[in-house]
Amino acid sequence: MSEKKGRTGTKVLIYLLLVVWAVVVLFPFYWMVLTSVKKTSAYNNENVPQIITADPTLENYGKAFTEVDLGRYFVNTVIFTVSTTMLMMLVTVPASFAFARLKFRGKDLTFALFLSLMMIPTELVIITNYVTVVNLELNRGARTFLGLILPSVTSVFYIYLLKENFEAIPDELYNAAKVDGTSDLKYLLKVMVPISQPTIVTIVILKAIECWNSYVWPRLITRETKYFLVSNGIQAIRESGFGRQDIPAMMAAVVVVSVPLIVMFILFRDKIMAGVSRGGTKG
Amino acid sequence: MKEKNNLKAWLYLLPAILFLGVFMLYPLIDVLIYSVEENYASIARTYTGVGLGNFRKVLSDELFIQALKNTFILVIITVPVSTGLSLLIALGLSAIKPLKKAFQTIYFLPYVTNTLAVGLVFMILFDKTEYTRGLVNLLLGTDIDFIDGGYWTKMLVTCLYTVWIVMPFKILILTSALASVNQDYYKAARVDGASSARIFRKITLPMISPTVFYLIITGFIGAFKAYSDEVALFGTNLNAAGMNTIVGYVYDMLYSDTGGQYGNAAAAALILFAIVFTITYINLKFSRNKVQYM
Repeated sequence: MSEKKGRTGTKVLIYLLLVVWAVVVLFPFYWMVLTSVKKTSAYNNENVPQIITADPTLENYGKAFTEVDLGRYFVNTVIFTVSTTMLMMLVTVPASFAFARLKFRGKDLTFALFLSLMMIPTELVIITNYVTVVNLELNRGARTFLGLILPSVTSVFYIYLLKENFEAIPDELYNAAKVDGTSDLKYLLKVMVPISQPTIVTIVILKAIECWNSYVWPRLITRETKYFLVSNGIQAIRESGFGRQDIPAMMAAVVVVSVPLIVMFILFRDKIMAGVSRGGTKG
Repeated sequence: MKEKNNLKAWLYLLPAILFLGVFMLYPLIDVLIYSVEENYASIARTYTGVGLGNFRKVLSDELFIQALKNTFILVIITVPVSTGLSLLIALGLSAIKPLKKAFQTIYFLPYVTNTLAVGLVFMILFDKTEYTRGLVNLLLGTDIDFIDGGYWTKMLVTCLYTVWIVMPFKILILTSALASVNQDYYKAARVDGASSARIFRKITLPMISPTVFYLIITGFIGAFKAYSDEVALFGTNLNAAGMNTIVGYVYDMLYSDTGGQYGNAAAAALILFAIVFTITYINLKFSRNKVQYM
């Protein structure tokens, strides 16, 4: 009896801990949304920050799009994310296939070299990449997109992940296809890619999240505000735009930037969490 | 036949090799060259000599020392705190059934958010303005200028935000590690009448120690590269806020007012790499004796 009581007590404590942490995680999101619908004048008159608002408004969202070019930053980020992710797949899929299925001289050595590149931190190569982009003038005008995209394409880790996945596909399938006279390329596209679809989707999602959030590289090379990505836009709003004077409008911009990621997370929660637990390294 | 396969394989690898060669391998060699070319002038592309001058210059630069100090404090505080707290939460999660999935989903949310965006929310929660003391001050009943105030209050906010950001990854990994511990061990221990504390020390901890250790290593590496979180809280001029990090110092050497100093940037980046490498090595050495690999 007393042991049972003790166990219930422990359970209560556990739930208490979990609820407290859930509040800590969710509260900033709540505050973000709440502040974004407060009237600017009302917000600035709050000596005591209000936990709810009786008079919500959407006017801040209008300001977020008119006072800075948030819409353009949004489009830029979509272009950057989609092109980088697509290029990454065009590089990753054939490379993974070569490592997983083809026999060639120097394969083990090349693969070892690829793996060792995984340990190289971005900070080490960013200096030369910056010089390369500046020298090739890939930070001028619309070419900024090339400067943004090209150095962001390669991810050795995803080649490794997909290669492992390709290797798990039984050899019999490949041999049968060979007997039937199917070409390697056709086999790759018609058999391996569809079978590995879950992994490919995971890789695409993880890369897209990474692109959507990138800040350092775009900040480094983008000279014209026209080519800002959302992260740069947010930072610019904070430093020079209406941010300091108009916190609700700034929060509206923050909500707009965060929503696509949250939607993606809700849609692909299991895939994202499984993918990250297999290979994410952020943290 | 064999030759043809060779050619074909390299063709499949060609895009990857091109991208990696231009944006990874070449820069890697190039950064070593930059680091030893003294007084490199980026416009004339000339340098005065070859040696360790850049390293000396960086190590005697007050701004670098400040960045080094900030980064170390951040690492020493956030890695143990976030790892310990995530272990606690993961243990809690693995002890419950109802609502487990909901909690897991919520806890993962910070992973998929834009650091810059959410950092601004943290800034507002802590910020003290002419209108208000801010929510955190109000809850604590204090009157502290967290964002523009003293060094340690700024460091506190930085650490809190960093922990908040890195927790999702750690909770996720630890929860799946705990779930993969063979339940038979627990059953056997219960039959033997072992206490919960003893079960944790003798079974759970040894079984998940490789995971904990993996998280500590990746935690160290991640925390040493801190930069964006600080920008989100204090703005791009981190030197003015006294909150710069090593990575921030590297970027400062590339552009803005102090830009174009590629030699110093390269030296600072290599120092960072050396620190991370050394700490990872020590961790690995240490773990050989302590960690049980199954």
